Amino acid sequence: MYNSHAELLGYERKDGRKGIRNVILVAYLVECAHFVSTEIAQPYKKDGVQVVGFGGCYPNNHASKIMTQLCTHPNVGAVLLVSLGCESFNRTKLARDIEASGRPVETVVIQSCGGTAKSIENGQSWLQSIISEMVKTKRVKIELKDLVIGTICGGSDATSGITANPAVGLTFDKLVKNQATAIFEETGEMIGCLEDIVARAKSKNLGTEIEHCLNKAARYYTIMGHGSFAQGNADGGLSTIEEKSLGAYSKSGSAEISGLIKPGDVPNFPGLYLLDVVPDGEPRFGFPNINDNMEITELIASGCHIILFTTGRGSVVGSAISPVIKICANPDTFRKMSADMDINAGKVMESKVTLQEVSEEIYDKIIETASGIPTASEELGHQEYVVSYKTFEPIGPNCLVR
Amino acid sequence: MESFKKLIQLSDKDNVLVVCRDIESGEVLQLGSENYLIKEFIALGHKIASRDIAFGEAIVKFNVAIGSALRDIKRGEHVHVHNIKSDFIPTYIIDKGTDV
Repeated sequence: MYNSHAELLGYERKDGRKGIRNVILVAYLVECAHFVSTEIAQPYKKDGVQVVGFGGCYPNNHASKIMTQLCTHPNVGAVLLVSLGCESFNRTKLARDIEASGRPVETVVIQSCGGTAKSIENGQSWLQSIISEMVKTKRVKIELKDLVIGTICGGSDATSGITANPAVGLTFDKLVKNQATAIFEETGEMIGCLEDIVARAKSKNLGTEIEHCLNKAARYYTIMGHGSFAQGNADGGLSTIEEKSLGAYSKSGSAEISGLIKPGDVPNFPGLYLLDVVPDGEPRFGFPNINDNMEITELIASGCHIILFTTGRGSVVGSAISPVIKICANPDTFRKMSADMDINAGKVMESKVTLQEVSEEIYDKIIETASGIPTASEELGHQEYVVSYKTFEPIGPNCLVR
Repeated sequence: MESFKKLIQLSDKDNVLVVCRDIESGEVLQLGSENYLIKEFIALGHKIASRDIAFGEAIVKFNVAIGSALRDIKRGEHVHVHNIKSDFIPTYIIDKGTDV
């Protein structure tokens, strides 16, 4: 077991941010450049090269913001952009923003390079030069106050809200107490929790903002005609969205809420934040979050170094850029899928340990992961990501309370 | 091996109890001085009624209403999507074939 009192060493970026991984991104700017990007990255997986991208050809401010935040994330050290050439994405601006953050960046435009093979060759030749550079990244001491930790649940069942989620809530309380930054989301899964959550806001005005945000989410999902609920939730014993919400909400713990942010906003002081993932205005592009990885990607775009992912049915996903710690709520699922899991919270169901003990285990796992030790999903090579269309207004002046 | 609890009450106002492992039809579960005869298979994490619940009554878990009864539910009976409903957004079930 990792000694949690040892000094943690992270990676220092020129913009002052500190990472716990040293990832080189290959980022495609339209689906048409996805295959070429995957081919460029494939031989260099072990060198920390990962692929992310946005598939759409039409421009979208939200998608641009997410891509910019992913490419300048503290866990990312350098970026290769891959463009087909005729898509609407503003690749010049993205390259400029990455450069301004002090990270090396190169752009391969497939149509200018002369097609697939030449683009792969050019991309790989740049990667080779940058991999040797990245090894020299300055190491720097990191503390808990430098870390941003996000949480999400996926493949929930009726054990999630009894074991893993409240255990994460206790971990969140300890993180906030120790000056880390913690982010929770899933505003579509707070149905029936309004009163409690509003009362936790650091100011009355923030409480009002959160109330608007939750009402917006409830309305949005009602128009969609489908709550944030899947068949597997019901198979696992959850009967209604209220019941699922109750469990999901417990991940946030009991700390005071310091702010309400939107995807890609990075909190600039420690505390607990609610990430509003539901678009503003009339529904335009469909479901707010089409799957768990879209939420994880947005949490990472808001600066998360580590994601605490609770599951009852048994999700296997991880993520590009930031490690995902998998906390299994259901003891039967853990027995079946233990190689995909980092923590067995299902033991609580069998009266073998307390929630407090599991929360300590999660806390230690965060420190261990921050020290560089790979999580189960990292070990298995998981690097999922999803970026899609959304519309947001900027947050108002009452949303951040220092 | 079977030393752990089979049934838990999450909050004192709840009218449902949670089973801590898969329960076979015919098993009798004990909680405090109460005995519950289970007449169907109930999977880990699912709920049973801790008392008779009337049609329209709120289902209470963790001290919070999580929906309402679609019909009368007998003490010890499985409480799930077949006999309760959401008071917010209907629960999606694949077999019903609903689309969005």
